[in-house]
Amino acid sequence: MTLITENLVFLNLDSPDRHEATRVLAQALADEGRVTDLDGFLADVRKREEQMPTGLPGGIGIPHARSAYVTEPSLVFGRSLEGIDWGAEDGPAKLIFLIAAPEGGGDDHLKILAALARRLMRAEFRESLMNAHDAAAVVDVVTREVVNP
Amino acid sequence: MKFVGVTSCPTGIAHTYMAAEGLEQAAKAAGHTIEVETQGSAGFDKLSPETIAAADAVIFAVGVPVRERARFVGKPTIDTDVKKAISDGPGLIAQAVAAAKEKAANPATATADSPPPSAGGLMTKVDHGASRGAKVRQWLMTGVSYMIPFVAAGGILIALGFMLAQLAWGETGAVLVTKVPMDHLITDFSVLSTKDWAALLFQVGVASFGFLVPILAGFIAFAIADRPGLAPGIVGGALALVVGAGFLGGIAAGFVGGFIALWISSWRVPKGMRGVMPVVVIPLLSVFATGLTMIVILGPPLKALSDALTSWLNGLTGTNLILLGVLLGLMMAFDMGGPVNKVAYTFATTGLAAAAVATTGTSLQIMAAVMAAGMTPPLGLALATTVRRRLFSEPERENGQAAWLLGASFITEGAIPFAAADPLRVIPSCMLGSGVTGGLVMLFGSTLRAPHGGIWVTPLISNPLLYILAIVIGTLITAAAVIGLKAAGPGPVRTELDAAGLAEVVV
Repeated sequence: MTLITENLVFLNLDSPDRHEATRVLAQALADEGRVTDLDGFLADVRKREEQMPTGLPGGIGIPHARSAYVTEPSLVFGRSLEGIDWGAEDGPAKLIFLIAAPEGGGDDHLKILAALARRLMRAEFRESLMNAHDAAAVVDVVTREVVNP
Repeated sequence: MKFVGVTSCPTGIAHTYMAAEGLEQAAKAAGHTIEVETQGSAGFDKLSPETIAAADAVIFAVGVPVRERARFVGKPTIDTDVKKAISDGPGLIAQAVAAAKEKAANPATATADSPPPSAGGLMTKVDHGASRGAKVRQWLMTGVSYMIPFVAAGGILIALGFMLAQLAWGETGAVLVTKVPMDHLITDFSVLSTKDWAALLFQVGVASFGFLVPILAGFIAFAIADRPGLAPGIVGGALALVVGAGFLGGIAAGFVGGFIALWISSWRVPKGMRGVMPVVVIPLLSVFATGLTMIVILGPPLKALSDALTSWLNGLTGTNLILLGVLLGLMMAFDMGGPVNKVAYTFATTGLAAAAVATTGTSLQIMAAVMAAGMTPPLGLALATTVRRRLFSEPERENGQAAWLLGASFITEGAIPFAAADPLRVIPSCMLGSGVTGGLVMLFGSTLRAPHGGIWVTPLISNPLLYILAIVIGTLITAAAVIGLKAAGPGPVRTELDAAGLAEVVV
């Protein structure tokens, strides 16, 4: 199982706000066939975002949803050099992780996403993503740290 | 110091784990240890009771209410939002250290607001990652597993009471034993009187049966809403009995109480109010709302239903007796103590009272058919659990053993645990067997002069051999039907708690 591919990496995400940014990232999932209904999935993500914005201190945004329109657990990575406001108190998000989980997914799938979430808390992990110079490097870091630790 | 923590969030795939990581990193950096229970989507591995017992303080960093919070009662607790653990793990660890020190310095104040934890705590059979259908079965199964000891104890006590009564009084003992007033037992109980012992067994059994529906409802609600569900569920179950809704009403009460409690627990309230939520606000509102639902919303249609059924049955006099027997049989098995069953049983006993004056044979035949039809559901299920063990969960198999005696004693309630756990397949099977038995008893022309007692009142039954044949046939039909239906569908709810759940209630 691949959590992320090079097509799911956006090193220069350039969107005016978080909803636009989320749409760009989610579109990639739809193009890859990992999301069956783009608007349905976006609605699920937005519903989660409205409960409590997913921006976190340290310039991170983690829009996410468990959705019936997701076919396999996926991560889309977006990096924005100027930053996009994600509702965090300490400023805009520069690293954006769109996490998509299938509605009824088994434990194994969800454990990978849990491992991903834990890695997001590690400064080294974030730094290596911040400094990655191409999509392949991002896929490498995620695969090494999360999928096959 | 040693800490434990619980993290959770609405979706259960991201914040839960980030918060856990945040707490673990912060604890490690400060030279403490912490074990975190991540109540996310990937199921959750419960902290062991020993770990919780050894902890100096508890940190709840949650976005949705803590599941099974009762396990942590009595510990110094930091209760905060999940995001706090992500943004400021070290701050929370520092707060936990302060809380633990305060408790060590002044143990009385820290625990004054909460009772000490019970050993082990109550368990549910609910696996949080399960699909909706599986969850409903698990909720039902949780209620059933806590109810079974009440069914077994009560049913067997009543049956023993009947047996002893037959010895003490002779052939009408099973009727007379129910007439001994409680006051007599309290003031004049004689250890040498077999009659008194019989009446005592019967009364204690009846008391145990009184809890059957409240416990079923209470623990269905507990499975849905955790501890806040217990009070509305139990009260709702008691009211289901008051409005005559039987165990199906109890299941409804469990769901109503559980979801109301769950909803109220999810309210976001100002910090100052959080302390009074579990003690006052949630119990008060959830119990009242459940009670209101049971009495005002469920009560009137139930009363109308039983009135309509009664007048309909009374209008049937003069129709084909065999058809009437089938109909009464179906009614007896439909809800086992609920409104439909009660109408059929009351119809028979009212006829019996009238027959004492008029001595018409028909009323006695109706009584005979009703009793036989009420015996086959537990007997059929007992047989099914014996020949096809694998189709049933562990608590059900245990209950199957007791169901033989309960069925033989006309204690239809012995089938309730099966029916409550899997109503859609068990109830039709029971109705089929009871309907056939009811019709056969009418066909064979047996009569009965007692309103209850099962095989213990055989001396009061005419054509006893054919009567028993009718019961055996109904038993076989119910067993075959339930085996067929269960084999065709999904298996029983099986969890590692099956055995533990039962053992725990007994201990």
